[in-house]
Amino acid sequence: MTRARLLLLSPTLAMIGFFLLLPVALMAVYSFLSPGTYGGVEWLLSFDAYIQFFFERDFLTDELVFHTSYLSIYFRSFVQALAATVICLLIGFPTAYFIATRPPATRSAWVLLVTVPYWVNLLIRTVSMLFVLRDEGPLNGALAAAGIVDAPLRIAYTDFAVALGLVYSYLPFMVLPIYAAIERFDFSLMEAACDLYAGRWTILRRIILPTVKPGVVAGCLLVFIPSLGAYIAPDLLGGGKNLMIGNLVALQFQGSRNWPFGAAAAVLLLSAVLVALTVLARRRALSAAGN
Amino acid sequence: MRKPKPISAYPGFSQVTWLCMALLYAPILVVAVYSFNAIRSITTWGGFSLAWYAKAFANPHIQAATLNSLVVAVAASVAATVIATAAALALARGRGFRGRGGVFVLINLPLMIPEIVTAVAMLIFFLAIGFQLGLLTVVIAHTVFCVPFAYLPIAARLSGIETFYEDAAQDLYADRWRSFRFVLLPMMMPGIFAGLMLAFIISLDDFIITNMVTGPGTTTLPLAIYGMVRVGFSPEINAISTVMLLVSVFFVSLSYLVGRRRA
Repeated sequence: MTRARLLLLSPTLAMIGFFLLLPVALMAVYSFLSPGTYGGVEWLLSFDAYIQFFFERDFLTDELVFHTSYLSIYFRSFVQALAATVICLLIGFPTAYFIATRPPATRSAWVLLVTVPYWVNLLIRTVSMLFVLRDEGPLNGALAAAGIVDAPLRIAYTDFAVALGLVYSYLPFMVLPIYAAIERFDFSLMEAACDLYAGRWTILRRIILPTVKPGVVAGCLLVFIPSLGAYIAPDLLGGGKNLMIGNLVALQFQGSRNWPFGAAAAVLLLSAVLVALTVLARRRALSAAGN
Repeated sequence: MRKPKPISAYPGFSQVTWLCMALLYAPILVVAVYSFNAIRSITTWGGFSLAWYAKAFANPHIQAATLNSLVVAVAASVAATVIATAAALALARGRGFRGRGGVFVLINLPLMIPEIVTAVAMLIFFLAIGFQLGLLTVVIAHTVFCVPFAYLPIAARLSGIETFYEDAAQDLYADRWRSFRFVLLPMMMPGIFAGLMLAFIISLDDFIITNMVTGPGTTTLPLAIYGMVRVGFSPEINAISTVMLLVSVFFVSLSYLVGRRRA
């Protein structure tokens, strides 16, 4: 590295290295310490934060008893993120395909339409969703006015609302990479398949899908990864009772004040996300090598 | 006679696309429409009114939060853009060097780490080194996560500028500083501006990290909205949300249009 280059990079190294990389490392260290009485930590080595995930200390016998209350939060987060990913795929693929088969002139307008919501404040989008879904909201108002329901449908503060919120949050991440893949697809292959008497759906399944698979995988990971660590959607739309990992982490620093446990929960979340990102990067590298 | 559908058209796909658009736009449009409703009601329309906007803007709590949001967004986006411009110059010019991949990962690190993890890690760190939580810690945090957003359009712009412009300037005896200042920098300007705009709205939008690293009394607009929603919905929230929505759309469009402009 030349001196000029080092000088140009030093603000980045200082800012992100000192205020992000170092804090994350310190957080990992904290996950191996003992909790302080009023938040914070005692500098005593302890694996309790990780043991706490799986075992509870019995009050009377002081034995470790296996429990699943924290594991179930991880499991629920996984299921919610998966549900959001599947719904996004079911909506996102046809949308991406539809956009990619528009005339080139209108395509960029469609892409812009999909992109704009991403730049609108996530909190405001989630608040809007809650506004629409809640018992006294316009959706229930319209359903009641139309005589479809007598009592308001309980949609807000359910797992379904959280999944819907996640879909709403990250749907553009599904559409855009799939669109990019389908746009590169050579549609003369489709005509060739058609000449060979393949039906539409056979062509989709056996020709288009295998070709655009990298885009589909990228889209799925780009939805799944942020969904797994989501905080706002489960907090607002889940009404604070359908916790996900993000809420569990935040709670340890706001309410329960068990910092090492919160740090450990964050480390486990971060590890899961890094694994998923590595898969994504590997796939990217493979498809780049294939081209 | 009806034209036969082309083979590439799948039945139902256009309907799903409209469903997708409805899902993306309906909630924010509903909120925007209700922000103009003269009465509190959800079911009836009491006429067009800007009363909720007036009420929201007159709220001293909202005014203070807006001021804080603007101060943070301006400071963080300018700082992030300067950092990102320097990094883009180091990475895009000249041949590859050892550690290039590592630097690239570092720049994009804020995008890779889940926001809630960044939030608690920064909280731990600021308290450990004895930083007073407040406006300064918020600005630092925002600067960090704005860097990759500022970097993207700047690097894209720079990679589209051939090196022969600088070579020509240096052939004409411009020193490195002058060839940068009078040749490269003006050509980079649209990318830098686009990056600045993106960083600005990303900072304006943040809730999770701000919520953790802010001190008592330092509220930004998203924090104020969250606090109000916790108490209960009021049409004021719709009005503020609509304003923030328009601000985001404005800055993104600006960034998009300027970033696309040719040199």
